[in-house]
Amino acid sequence: MEKIFKGATIFLDRSDINTDEIIPAKYLTEVTKEALKPYLLEDLKLDGFDPKGEALKNARVVVSRQNFGCGSSREHAPWVFEVNDVHTIIAEGYARIFRQNMFNGGMLAIELPKSDIDALFELSAQGIVNIDVDVDGQKIVASVNGVDKSFAFEISEFDKALVKSGGWVEFADERY
Amino acid sequence: MGKTIAEKIFESHLRDEPFSGTKVLDLDRVLCHEITTPVAIADLEWRGKDRVFDKDKIKAVIDHVTPSKDTKTAIQAKMLRDWARRHEITDFFDVGHNGVCHALFPEKGYIRPGFTVIMGDSHTCTHGAFGAFAAGVGTTDLEVGILKGVCAFREPATIRVNLTGALSAGVYAKDVILYVIGQLGVNGATDRVIEFAGPVVDAMTMESRMTLCNMAIEAGGTCGICMPDEVTVDYLWPFIQEDYADKAAAVADYKKWHSDADANYDQVLDFNVSSLEPQLTYGYKPDCVKAVAEMAGTPVDQIYIGTCTNGRIEDLREAAAVLKGRRIADTVRGIVSPATPKIFREALAEGIIQIFMDAGFCVTNPTCGACLGMSNGVLAEGEVCASTSNRNFNGRMGKGGMVHLMSPATAAATAVTGKITDARTLS
Ligand code: SF4
Repeated sequence: MEKIFKGATIFLDRSDINTDEIIPAKYLTEVTKEALKPYLLEDLKLDGFDPKGEALKNARVVVSRQNFGCGSSREHAPWVFEVNDVHTIIAEGYARIFRQNMFNGGMLAIELPKSDIDALFELSAQGIVNIDVDVDGQKIVASVNGVDKSFAFEISEFDKALVKSGGWVEFADERY
Repeated sequence: MGKTIAEKIFESHLRDEPFSGTKVLDLDRVLCHEITTPVAIADLEWRGKDRVFDKDKIKAVIDHVTPSKDTKTAIQAKMLRDWARRHEITDFFDVGHNGVCHALFPEKGYIRPGFTVIMGDSHTCTHGAFGAFAAGVGTTDLEVGILKGVCAFREPATIRVNLTGALSAGVYAKDVILYVIGQLGVNGATDRVIEFAGPVVDAMTMESRMTLCNMAIEAGGTCGICMPDEVTVDYLWPFIQEDYADKAAAVADYKKWHSDADANYDQVLDFNVSSLEPQLTYGYKPDCVKAVAEMAGTPVDQIYIGTCTNGRIEDLREAAAVLKGRRIADTVRGIVSPATPKIFREALAEGIIQIFMDAGFCVTNPTCGACLGMSNGVLAEGEVCASTSNRNFNGRMGKGGMVHLMSPATAAATAVTGKITDARTLS
């Protein structure tokens, strides 16, 4: 499946969102990614957040705070985003396994400094934010009410290669 | 400049460096369980690559929900079982022989100093207790590990945690690691290896070292690691005696993995644990830690003793010492789950199972069970559990449940009174 790194953005204003919140363990008995779809962020503890709401349904990009995806190694967490067409997460920092799982599946876990994340959250106060990621140019453009603001980001050569080749299985299979 | 143990292991296992800073390592062990592996198997089949790189280096167990509780978990177990048979995986553990992965695999002697180990399970860091580099990974990394025997990592930076002083009676490895996580924070060690050293670690058994390393991930650490020494050799001796003339020779050989005195650390932290008191978590993050005394008297509904953190024989002994001659409060349910069949047998032989049952505990077969809220003691909304496991996330043991992490001794004392209790205060 072609990955798409742009679209309406949902803002999750909390650090340490863990993989049990993203996809509770009781759904780990599913053996297909598609079956996870209805349960995205079902147990997220965040005031005002509705896992069944429009904002999440329309979201293609997630912006969050520090240590996103901590806890269990379950790749079901990136998958539940993937099958809900969210292929881009932008945060101040990630748990290692979650970040690697995103890139291993050819998706983006972009890290931005706190000041940029703060700036993105400020934009969210003005209306629906659309984000477009240029992986080669290492640039994010956030648009709200017709005004654009851009942010540069760092990505390792390896992570970029994983995104380009569609993931780690493809990359490793060619090389080892 | 000297090297850390993690750097030495990386250097000796380096297969490729496709880009600067990305190290692809050869793997000595790829460990599998029935929750994260079936998806990898299905994907390999779908790609027409249903192969394994080495049937001896891959080890597999059904442990999270076992015996299967429903059709879905039965299918997961069957997928792993069929795959293990198809590829003639040498060491595969099914009902009757299975136990919690991070207790079972070390007990079988599969983990050795200097090894590289991955598993589709975040608590794989436990195996670092043997001086191995052991990291939890997702299903894709696991899949490539199964197929090719390699995994990619960033260059490891290391935080050295020096534990000095001496633990007072009634204070255990679990209290130490909870305290350290409280100090580091839940992402204090992200992308780092945590090296545990100092006289307190030297004096610890392998069981205690595994408890320490098990929770490295709760501070974000890639791996917890201890230097292999006499204690390691004693534990591994039945499995390595063919390889060495005597134990001293093994100890000497394992020194090659020790971090050099002039190794470069990202951080060096010193904690004197002499005055440390029993610790527990409050709230929904493992770095929300305080002294048990501060929460004493808080009522709980369930006690859970077991898991890859504290389901080993030493843990059951500590809990049994508190429970002996006592009964648990009428207001609580007590559940104990010895982590492996071997531990279960030892506990039977030592009369520990009897003590638990006399006290009013339910004894389950070896399994992860309630730890991840899938079976054997899931909490109802609003219920509180005193648990020897490693995660207190919201919903971890059941939607709307609250989990307080603590040592087996504290959990046992809490069972007796029905309220959070420092075992040292029981009359
Ligand atoms: S006992 Fe709990 S933490 Fe350990 S492997 Fe099982 S589910 Fe994971």
